[in-house]
Parts: sequence; structure tokens; C-alpha cells
Amino acid sequence: MILEGRVIYPGNVEGEVVKCNSPVVILGDIIPEKGIVEGCGEIRDKIFVFPRGAGSTVGSYTLYALKYYGTAPKAMIVQEAEPIVVAGAIIAEIPTVDGVDIEKIREGDKVIVRDGKVEIL
Amino acid sequence: MYLTKEEEKIMDGEQGEQYGKMMRILVKMGEIFKAERLIPIVSAQISGVSYRTIGDAGLHFLKSLRGVKVSVPATLNPIAFDSEHLKDLKVDKEFYGKQMEILNAYTDMGIKPTMTCTPYYFDNVPKFGEHIAWAESSAVIYANSIIGARTNREGSVSALASAIIGKTPEYGMHVDENRKATHLIDVNFEMGPEDYPLLGLHVGKEVNGIPYLRIIGNVDDFKLMGAAMAASGSISMYHVENFTPEFRHALGDNVERIIVERGDLEKYRGEEIEVELVAIGCPHVSSSELRKIAEFLKGKKKKKGVELWIFGARSTIEKNEDAVKIINDFGGKVMRDTCVVVSNAGKIYHRIGTNSGKAALYLRKERFGGAEVIVRDLFTLLRSVVE
Repeated sequence: MILEGRVIYPGNVEGEVVKCNSPVVILGDIIPEKGIVEGCGEIRDKIFVFPRGAGSTVGSYTLYALKYYGTAPKAMIVQEAEPIVVAGAIIAEIPTVDGVDIEKIREGDKVIVRDGKVEIL
Repeated sequence: MYLTKEEEKIMDGEQGEQYGKMMRILVKMGEIFKAERLIPIVSAQISGVSYRTIGDAGLHFLKSLRGVKVSVPATLNPIAFDSEHLKDLKVDKEFYGKQMEILNAYTDMGIKPTMTCTPYYFDNVPKFGEHIAWAESSAVIYANSIIGARTNREGSVSALASAIIGKTPEYGMHVDENRKATHLIDVNFEMGPEDYPLLGLHVGKEVNGIPYLRIIGNVDDFKLMGAAMAASGSISMYHVENFTPEFRHALGDNVERIIVERGDLEKYRGEEIEVELVAIGCPHVSSSELRKIAEFLKGKKKKKGVELWIFGARSTIEKNEDAVKIINDFGGKVMRDTCVVVSNAGKIYHRIGTNSGKAALYLRKERFGGAEVIVRDLFTLLRSVVE
């Protein structure tokens, strides 16, 4: 199955999905030193899927910190990007797609993220 | 998106790669959110200042911008300490040094070291209808809702990019038709003074849009409500009937109705505990809050075993020296430049009382110390620190 979305930051990667079903408070839920998201699990080298970012506007630096500590996900797939995730994805250079119906993606799925599309294998 | 020749040149790096990168952030956001053009802004508010929240990674990024200057008036969010309370806040030398490096990186860019989340009181006061690019979610929601200025809920980085370029993509809250209500919130009980921040936390979770509320309260109540709303969700504006400046044209036919019962707020309050710290001022206190606190504490004696910390802007504190003196004489501490969330407070104290839903939301998280937090109204909290 291929889901259509929009490119926030380009990239071509394949990986395993870790999914949060609730909005993620980027500054707060994400622990960049460990590469984990409270309540969701480890996102390092995974495809991190979540509905949208929430909370403090400092969140962009938290995404940058994931890159800085080498704990970034391979890609992010969001239902609806907002400025914190957009700017964070650009400065952290994390391939990111939005506008995808994330209901169709399940925890543990193997997916390919490419050109604003998500292919579920 | 339409770009002027000059904007294109900046994007292509004519003023240097750093300006180019900042322009690309704005243009990418504009493309994603379907802006037709960039529009000039009158000010920016920059978040991402505390070493505790942005860390070495944030400092690393800011250092990459060395030599860049802002092109519009820009003010700064709180840092991790008040330099007159380094001991209370357990600030060690290395931490102090890192924080000052971050502060210097910002002031070198020409950003004013206001170090407050409430620039709208004295330091950076937008007018109705003005376009601004503010980060700090509590200030964004205040500026849009209570003042009627126009700002999207910028990230630290997009606000910084806007401050440097002096422009923002025209979308979202900058467009009048996007400022109408999407949800009508019916509160099914009489609001008490502690309910505003709790309602904010609840509505922030439930609503991804612009809520319209039929409740009464004062501007300080709504400041606390809005800050909580913006922290638990991604709301950048609300309307309050007969109160906020744009409520008259806010309601259309297509609004989703949400009923709130008292029980919905219960889980956010926190069960009764003996607190070690009462923290007021998230967002930073207003003059009226500061004066209410002083009036209540005047002539009273502080209980042992519990601290009272009040956080405010330098500008607010300087304008209310008499009230500050009363609070200090009582044994409370009035701190500037920082707050309970971005300082070490949550790691020092594990049982905290606050009137801020936003502070409660963050302090309860592991990253901020995982404290037990109760949310109560201002006077209940003040009574708990008085002998």
C-alpha cells in the first residue's frame, strides 16, 4: 500500500515504524540523549510516526538534539506538520513527510519513505 | 509562493549561507502552509534560551549563526536562572558558563535580553492587527487572543529566522478568515478560580483548532488558561465571548460543540499533598498578580518547610518594587529572568504547588524532574505557605 503525503524534508529511507497515537509534546516527551519518546518507545533509527507535535515552541531544538546525539529516527511521518516540526526537521535534516493518513500505519510495520510517499511493505 | 528578487537573492546566499538557510526555512514553511508571499513583521519573540531546555545541541546550532543580525525588534524568553539566586537554583559553574554562552549568542545577534515569556506587558507590546512572529506558545496565544495581534505559533527556529529576515510567510493566523472559531466549548458548571488552567489543559487536549468559550473571568485567569491550552495541545488562539477583541465575528455555522463537565478537569488537579515549593509566575506574573500576592502576604509570617517562589519579568519587577519588597520581607523569593520550568526547580523540589497548568504539565514529566504537582488557585496556594 502506498500513502501519499508532502515532503517536509527530503530523503529516501526504509525502516520499522514506532508509532505514537497521541500528539507528542516534543519538548518533554522526547528524551534526545536516549532517543526515546515517553509512552511510545525508542525512535533511534526507526520511522517515527505521530499525529502532530504539541507543546512548547522550543521543540525544534529537541529534534536538532536527536541529530546532535546520534539518536534521530530515520524519518518522521506526521499526520499534520506544524511550524515546530517543520523547522526542526529542516535544521536536523531528518527526512519528514506530512499529510499522511497515519491510521493506516501500524506499530512495527516496515515502510519506505520516498518523495513524499510512504510505502507499507 | 511569490518571492521578490531581493528575497530570492537572499535565499541563494547572496548575504551569506546563514541568511540563506534562514530564508529557506521561511520559504519551506510558506510552501508547506500554502502562503502566497512573505509579509513584514513588526517584532519577534525568541524562545529556546534556557540551557536546560536547548542544551549543548541548541548552543551548537546558535554558534553556527555567528555574525548574523536580526532586522526587527526582537525579545528573548527566560534563561535557566536568576543570577542573584544561583545557590537557590543549584547552578554550578559549568552550567552558568553554558547559559551565558547561549545568552551572548542571542544578544550578539541584536536580540534584547528581556528574558521573559510575557513581553506583552512592557518590553515588546504589539497592537491589534499587527503582524508579528512570536515563539513561546503562551505569548503567542496571548498576543492572538487577548491583544488581537497576528502570529502563528512559531518554533524557536522559525521565529529566529523571521527576526533575522524581518518577514514571515503569510498563512494561518495572519489571514483573517483563519481566525474564526472551530469549536464551541460549553462549560457545564460554574468556573472557580482554579479551573481556568485546568480547563486550558483539557481543551488543549481535545481541540486542534480555535475554541470559542462562553465563560467569564479576568485577563490573568485567561492568561493561565491560554498558556495551559497552548502547552497541552497546539492551539494558537481562542475567543472568549464578550471579552476577547475578535469574538463578535468568530462564530460561524460550522463549529463542533464540546461539552466540558467538572469531572473532565479532575485528573489535572493532582491529589492533595504537602508541598515543598509553591511556584507562581508561569507565565511570568503581571503587575496585578504581583500586587495581589503582596497585599495578601503583608504582615503575615511564612510557614517553615515550604518555599514561595514568584517568577516575573525584570520590567514588571522594577515597576512594582514596593510589592516585591513585601514578598521578600515575608520570606518569599521574587526571581527574574527565569521560571519554574526552565530552571532547575523541578529537579530540586519533588512536591510542587502552582496555579499554572502549563508548569504542572511540564514539571510532571521525567525530563523536568517528574515532580508531584498540584494545581490550585493563587489564594489557596498562598494560604498554604502562611503560618
